[in-house]
Amino acid sequence: MNWNNLIQISFYLAALLLAVKPLGTFMASIYEEKPAGFNTWLGSLERCLYRVCGVRADVGMTWKEYAVALMLFNALGIVVVYIIQRFQGSLPLNPMELPAVAADSAFNTAVSFVSNTNWQGYGGESTMSYLTQMLALTVQNFVSAATGMAVLVALARGFIQKQTRALGNFWVDIVRTTLYILMPLSLILALLLVSQGVPQTFHSGAVATLVQPVKDGTGNTVTQQVIALGPAASQIAIKQLGTNGGGFFNANSAHPYENPTPLSNLLQMFSILLIPAALCYTFGYLVKDLRQGWALLAVILTIFVPCLLWSVQIEQRGNPLLTRLGIDQSATMFQSGGNMEGKEARFGIVSSSIWSVATAAASNGSVNSMHDSYMPLGGMIPMWLIQLGEVIFGGVGSGLYGLIAFVIVAVFIAGLMIGRTPEYLGKKIEAQEMKMSALIVLIPPLIILMLTALSVSVAVGKVGILNPGAHGFSEILYAFSSASGNNGSAFAGLSANTPFYNIALGLAMFFGRFWLIVPVLAIAGSLSSKKIVPVSPGTLPTHTPLFVFFLAIVVVVVGALTFFPALSLGPIVEHLMLNGAQ
Amino acid sequence: MKKTNKINSLFDLSILCPAIIDAFRKLDPRHQIRNPVMFVVFVGSILTTGLYLQALFGHGETAAGFILAVTLWLWFTLLFANFSEAMAEGRGKAQAASLRKTRKDTPARKLLKPSYGSSFITVSATSLRKQDVVLVEAGDMIPMDGEVVEGIASVDESAITGESAPVIRESGGDRSAVTGGTRVLSDWLVVRITANPGETFLDHMIAMVEGAKRQKTPNEIALTILLVVFTIIFLLVTATLLPFSIFSVGAAGHGEAISVTVLVALLVCLIPTTIGGLLPAIGIAGMDRMIQANVIATSGRAVEAAGDVDVLLLDKTGTITLGNRQAVAFFPANGINIEVLADAAQLSSLSDETPEGRSIVILAKQTYGIRERQIQGMEARFVPFTAQTKMSGVDLGGGRQIRKGAVEAIENYVKVHGGLFPEDLKSTIDTISKSGGTPLAVCENNLTLGVIQLKDIVKGGIKERFAELRRMGIKTVMITGDNPLTAASIAAEAGMDDFLAQATPEAKLRLIREMQDGGRLVAMTGDGTNDAPALAQADVAVAMHTGTQAAKEAGNMVDLDSNPTKLIEVVEIGKQLLMTRGSLTTFSIANDVSKYFAIIPAAFVGTYPALKALNIMHLATPQSAVLSAVIFNALIIVFLIPLSLFGVPYRPMPASRLLKNNLLVYGLGGLVAPFVGIKLIDMILVVLHLA
Repeated sequence: MNWNNLIQISFYLAALLLAVKPLGTFMASIYEEKPAGFNTWLGSLERCLYRVCGVRADVGMTWKEYAVALMLFNALGIVVVYIIQRFQGSLPLNPMELPAVAADSAFNTAVSFVSNTNWQGYGGESTMSYLTQMLALTVQNFVSAATGMAVLVALARGFIQKQTRALGNFWVDIVRTTLYILMPLSLILALLLVSQGVPQTFHSGAVATLVQPVKDGTGNTVTQQVIALGPAASQIAIKQLGTNGGGFFNANSAHPYENPTPLSNLLQMFSILLIPAALCYTFGYLVKDLRQGWALLAVILTIFVPCLLWSVQIEQRGNPLLTRLGIDQSATMFQSGGNMEGKEARFGIVSSSIWSVATAAASNGSVNSMHDSYMPLGGMIPMWLIQLGEVIFGGVGSGLYGLIAFVIVAVFIAGLMIGRTPEYLGKKIEAQEMKMSALIVLIPPLIILMLTALSVSVAVGKVGILNPGAHGFSEILYAFSSASGNNGSAFAGLSANTPFYNIALGLAMFFGRFWLIVPVLAIAGSLSSKKIVPVSPGTLPTHTPLFVFFLAIVVVVVGALTFFPALSLGPIVEHLMLNGAQ
Repeated sequence: MKKTNKINSLFDLSILCPAIIDAFRKLDPRHQIRNPVMFVVFVGSILTTGLYLQALFGHGETAAGFILAVTLWLWFTLLFANFSEAMAEGRGKAQAASLRKTRKDTPARKLLKPSYGSSFITVSATSLRKQDVVLVEAGDMIPMDGEVVEGIASVDESAITGESAPVIRESGGDRSAVTGGTRVLSDWLVVRITANPGETFLDHMIAMVEGAKRQKTPNEIALTILLVVFTIIFLLVTATLLPFSIFSVGAAGHGEAISVTVLVALLVCLIPTTIGGLLPAIGIAGMDRMIQANVIATSGRAVEAAGDVDVLLLDKTGTITLGNRQAVAFFPANGINIEVLADAAQLSSLSDETPEGRSIVILAKQTYGIRERQIQGMEARFVPFTAQTKMSGVDLGGGRQIRKGAVEAIENYVKVHGGLFPEDLKSTIDTISKSGGTPLAVCENNLTLGVIQLKDIVKGGIKERFAELRRMGIKTVMITGDNPLTAASIAAEAGMDDFLAQATPEAKLRLIREMQDGGRLVAMTGDGTNDAPALAQADVAVAMHTGTQAAKEAGNMVDLDSNPTKLIEVVEIGKQLLMTRGSLTTFSIANDVSKYFAIIPAAFVGTYPALKALNIMHLATPQSAVLSAVIFNALIIVFLIPLSLFGVPYRPMPASRLLKNNLLVYGLGGLVAPFVGIKLIDMILVVLHLA
């Protein structure tokens, strides 16, 4: 760790924190129907959309109606994305004349984009037509993010409402999120990215003549190379902002067209955490107690910042095996030093580490370096952040509602410890809330551990492992953590585009998303029907440093207790062996 | 609190021995399945027992001695948990047994007509039904719960309340309820039976203390859900560890896959057995503590709700203030010497045996040094207070007639005797009234001497208790029939948050409903029939045992001591119950960290030797490591039995500080203690050559 590293990290965090309040207030205004610019200018468009679709915007939904609308909408999304992929060969905007995507891969991709995961078993530029990228994938980038935010807002309403059953209208929430929040932000970011050189075109790939002809596998001399292009900037913007992470190109943001300059890198890193961080403030605003929002952000940072610093420190220290060979891994004017395997030289250690930790924490899944090539512990940090349940920032909306499930568990234990039926934001936490929160905490580890165990036991699972030993185990564990947490990043080193992995990972993504959303809505429904208990000195304050610390401990302990044995057979033992070899 | 009902010693052999036998009896699968966490241990123990037999008679997965050691300690874990429950039940049963002794089948004299002197037939008490009327005379046992319809008698209720002084029971009013099993000491009563056999107060009490009717409370249910989730997570963690281990062995190329014995050991160590095993004991002990405080709760739910109460409604008289008013100051009329007033006031009160009268004598002595005199020597004639005259006094030799009484009465008296009531006293009288006191005028013949200020005296120490309650987050509201001025002043003096003056039953009910609509949980005490609607509405309602049957039925607790401030203790017991559960849950989960560091390196060091770096406790061998963790896990249950029976001590303080303290003790303690414990056990095993 050197001064340069600390300055970069501090600058990144400061920029992020400065954006929390303005964006948080703006989003809250949208949901509270206060005039906030866009919603007055585009109000007629919004009303027009409702008229066309027959939505009665003023009619609230019970939690069950809300859940049914959400599930139908997302099921339709899966079907549409699947069909477009399967028929892209005969659809327009396919200048590269790419054929239909294979059935298992199309299923995997459809679930992946609808569930806000954006796990990619395919290479973007060589698989998806421009139409598929725009109409199927980019559309889901928007609405899957909006779905997560809608559920969060419904949950917030559950806290503020008193003895009612309506949680708001799903269609209205999703339209407003997309129209007033995601679209304007994406437009701005896309334009900024284009200014940095990210392509935004319908032209087919550019053809370049190689300076030095090479021979391909069959012995033919290759003299030309096709450089992939396409409408990239528009997709990259929402991929970062909506915690989607699905790259336009196979190499994701390590690709020079997807992420060309240091500024584009900073903008994209900033966008990963922007909305998840600001939503904490929005939540505080909506429940009419800003301190609660800041407290949740504090919990997130309490876990995030140490992970980030640790990652930078591990990567900057470099590989002990290389040190032993006398290779200079120190940071100098001419090199960033540290473990540079799998990292872009133009980004160096810090920007790669920040990205890897942020993308894992935020359930984004885009990458600008290969996590597989990190030091064992450097690779464990993102994996473990995902395994915590994607609640440290987490996906837009989904991270925060997941964290609130942990809050309910923490408040319950803390409430018992002070001798009072637990309450959060004035709502009593009882058996129903515990049941649902328990599901939210339980389901991700259930999916990750069971499917990992299955994969290391069957031949079709083991055949995909490219690296031997503990590292191969880490790759599988990472893949299922990523899918179940709706992260979408890959550890790489696992051939996952096989029917087995496409289906297993597809199921992990689906259940990791929707098995959590339904209990969250059930909690919202149960809470909204309750009275609000007034605050008294006997009430456990949930905005104090003590509670922040306690909640962080609960999240970390549950995550650590659940995954310690598995991690000790993966990255931990790999780390011990690497250092033992010195 | 009565010591007669109390069982303090943990080592009472009459409880200990049956509890040990019960611990084995509770190994019945039908009993085990009711506790999901311990059921997992139960299944695990059977599994390892099978593995041991396999190792004994064939080729086992690992050394038979090691499997046997693990298996034995797993069974001990179960037995210890059963033992804690049996101990808690045993303490209740001991009390029930002493109660049951009072329930004898006594002959009852069933009256044919519900009036004294009617003819009767002698029947067995168990054949009595509701609405039957019986005659009970001195020396007889009251056969069944009932209501006095005629007569007055002193009754010995020590069998129920532990209080040896007899109480008066009479028809009408608030002292008409009698309890079966108590004895009439003098006179006679005609009692209408209000309960069928098996439904009496005594039956109810026995059922409660035995824990026979215990149902899980809402919080207990929510906690059980949490514990089940942890159990499922750890079941998953250990079950998937087998394929992970097999894969790792294949990948590393050496070592052996983890044995099922070690997996079961790991599972039992990780699932929250500490809280899971002690949970039933904590619940039973909570009820037990209530009974030791001489409060009978009709359900565990009410006990738990008591911990959540945020408003306490308390009656003024007898709860906040002493029953009677006392003199606190003399205010002479213009031109009258204060000693003269004090002297006259004392003279008029020497024969006045009311508490007010006595307090005047005391005040005169304390402030003006006027000693008590022998009134007989002064040819004095005492004039007692009557409702008509509203005054009392004394006629002395020499025509001195001293009177004291209500201001209007004295004013009249003076005017009748040709005197004047001085105007300047009026303002003093107003001031006294406004400050919540009662003015008492004093005159001698036609001369008004002044006024005595009488005041409600707030009980000593009560203000501090209310301050404690405020720190606990509980608002106190005084209920009184007084006018708002008086009420406000007394409430302020007692340090209460609010008051309800000129309270009627309707007003009480309305107040409770309003508070409940605001999301508050209301507790109140009451004894009269007119309290019954409010008691029924309140979330926690403590009826006085001396109260009417209606009040007792409306409440969800009965205080045998009939002490209205008992609510405070009830709240504390409720909180203690929740705190004990919460603290032990935290402790149980925090324990897991150390167990990982003991078992994971032990289980996988064969596959990956590098993992021995995780053996930070430097445990001797993989076997001793696993065994130490299992032994610690079993012994900790025994160590925590006293805590679960007596509860985590509760001191009123703000929620944040309470949480911090308990987190330090049970969270940090739970994290550190097992590291020390497991290491110690490992060292002992090494010394004993057991590992």
